[in-house]
Amino acid sequence: MQEAIRARVVQEPPLFEGEQTYERITAQIGDIPFEKHPIGWTVMFGLGFVGTTLLIFALVVLVAIGTGIWGINQPVAWGFAIINFVWWIGIGHAGTLISAILLLMRQAWRMSINRFAEAMTIFAVMCAGLFPLFHTGRPWVAYWLFPLPNWLAMWPQFRSPLEWDVFAVSTYFTVSVLFWYMGLIPDLAAVRDRAKSHLAKVISGILSWGWRNSAIHWMRYESAYLLLAGLSTPLVLSVHSVVSLDFAISIVPGWHVTIFPPYFVAGAIYSGFAMVLTLVIPFRILYPKLREYITMHHIDMMAKVMLATGLIVFYGYMMEAFFGFYSAAIFEKYLMTNRMFGPYWPVYWSLIFCNGLVPQSLWFPKVRHNLWLLFIISLIVNVGMWLERFVIVVTSLHRDFTPSAWGMYGPTFWDWATYIGTLGFFVMMMFLFARFVPMLAMAELKDLWYRLYGHGGEHNGHPKTEAPAPTRTGGGA
Amino acid sequence: MAHAAVVSRVYGIMAEFDSPEALIEAARRTRVEGYRRFDCYTPFPIHGLTDAMGVREAKVPWTVFICGLIGALFGFGLQVYTSAIDYPLNVGGRDFISWPYFIPITFECMVLFAAFGAFIGMLAYNGLPAPYHPVFNVPQFVRASVDRFFLCIEARDPKFDPERTRTFLQSLNPISISEVEA
Repeated sequence: MQEAIRARVVQEPPLFEGEQTYERITAQIGDIPFEKHPIGWTVMFGLGFVGTTLLIFALVVLVAIGTGIWGINQPVAWGFAIINFVWWIGIGHAGTLISAILLLMRQAWRMSINRFAEAMTIFAVMCAGLFPLFHTGRPWVAYWLFPLPNWLAMWPQFRSPLEWDVFAVSTYFTVSVLFWYMGLIPDLAAVRDRAKSHLAKVISGILSWGWRNSAIHWMRYESAYLLLAGLSTPLVLSVHSVVSLDFAISIVPGWHVTIFPPYFVAGAIYSGFAMVLTLVIPFRILYPKLREYITMHHIDMMAKVMLATGLIVFYGYMMEAFFGFYSAAIFEKYLMTNRMFGPYWPVYWSLIFCNGLVPQSLWFPKVRHNLWLLFIISLIVNVGMWLERFVIVVTSLHRDFTPSAWGMYGPTFWDWATYIGTLGFFVMMMFLFARFVPMLAMAELKDLWYRLYGHGGEHNGHPKTEAPAPTRTGGGA
Repeated sequence: MAHAAVVSRVYGIMAEFDSPEALIEAARRTRVEGYRRFDCYTPFPIHGLTDAMGVREAKVPWTVFICGLIGALFGFGLQVYTSAIDYPLNVGGRDFISWPYFIPITFECMVLFAAFGAFIGMLAYNGLPAPYHPVFNVPQFVRASVDRFFLCIEARDPKFDPERTRTFLQSLNPISISEVEA
């Protein structure tokens, strides 16, 4: 297998930029937490912090006054909260795809971006979870959603997809954290071994659980890691399928569609890869040494995945339109007409522009290798996926079966404040992660380097240190 | 240094190598020599190393499997108990045990329990957290997480003998040899 990987990858563009050694990989990545951070870090962290403050403010006002400060009302009771929930969860999915599915598919290029993408998953799911929590209006009784014995003898309704969501999202978050943290243990041990200050040694020592790189430990670790990947793969597919069932199990026009689960999963991966690119491109500028590990080949591969999933999503749009008109059901037909030419027509056509037209430029290698263009495209895709959720949630609800119940929906200042607040929280968490945690999986990169190029004798090492000391005793003494 | 006094305080003898290949060969020869209580330390997992050491086990996969099974039973049982036994609720004329509706949560519980099985199982079988371990007394050992490959024959091995084990490790041509204080 080692030979196969080597044969396949060596012909492709390099996964590493420049000559590496195990020492170099450890030093480049493991020392980032101890180095002075770039000025750009402070600026971005500051922006994120301001956003987080806005989020806290918006939530405090929400709890004090009630969900009436949002734009939601009948008939559109879901509004921004559900749009943003689905959007954030979708973004998280790319992290799990990279860390789990690409691991099972033995894609060597995942190694340098998995840690980063998994961190993104965790923070995105945190942002996602806030929305339904506060959308309940009474977040302090959110524990009612869990099957806890209580004196009302009341249990959750297990036949509702909304209850499935509670289980799916909380399991997804927990498993993502476990997967991410387990991958971190050996790298935190490497940080512990490099730490100069006592405090850093103690903290990384505690967090790495006393990991000592034992071969037997590695064996169990690898087995557990592979199994977690195997568990996360169906999990990630189930999570967005369950999210899509929130819609598809209802009978609302435009929601009651069988294509929803696969179409949602593809959209999730699509938006997630866009977010990975949105983050990776600036991080490569802020920390130039990351370019040795996240090469143009990685960027190219991510752009290709984005293109492929984008095509699936666009196929989904076409099928939705086809279902609508082919159904011969008056409400479904009206829904599609209303989406395209009703009051929300600019949103629908912007969505087609962002998710249908713009990604087609990724067919051209020149575009995939132009970082500025790619950054802009990834932002457009992020916006496009947000618009998709807006179209799904709002256009279906605002005009359903009875014209007397029709209405319009528009966000208020507090809707925007909460949404922008979560963006700030996300940015803040990503930059804190970059500051304190090894951003790339060092042990996996060393393993990959070894498998690609072999130990390579002298080029990998250091001049042999002064010879065996046969009479030396008492290691630490 | 009185010999006996040293022996009682020794955890093992550690040899340092500079390549995975050298370590695999050393592990194989240590095994052939008849040592059973020894371990290797490497900055990244090396395939074929545990085979060379003669270590083989599948405790983690079995733990994950059993935890997954318990999770699935728990998830399904929870829904059956709450919806059909403790508080039977007629929802749209469906069966009390409307099992197709219970599948998503059964699945999520299976994954959740299995994931905890993998994580906690891995740590528990490895004896982690370990606040103290003698191997860290060797000053070169900090490089086990960077670029060096270690093999340590432990004093509890029945074949362990301070002199002969050291001579044997010497024959493996390591970069250095150190005694590991307990």
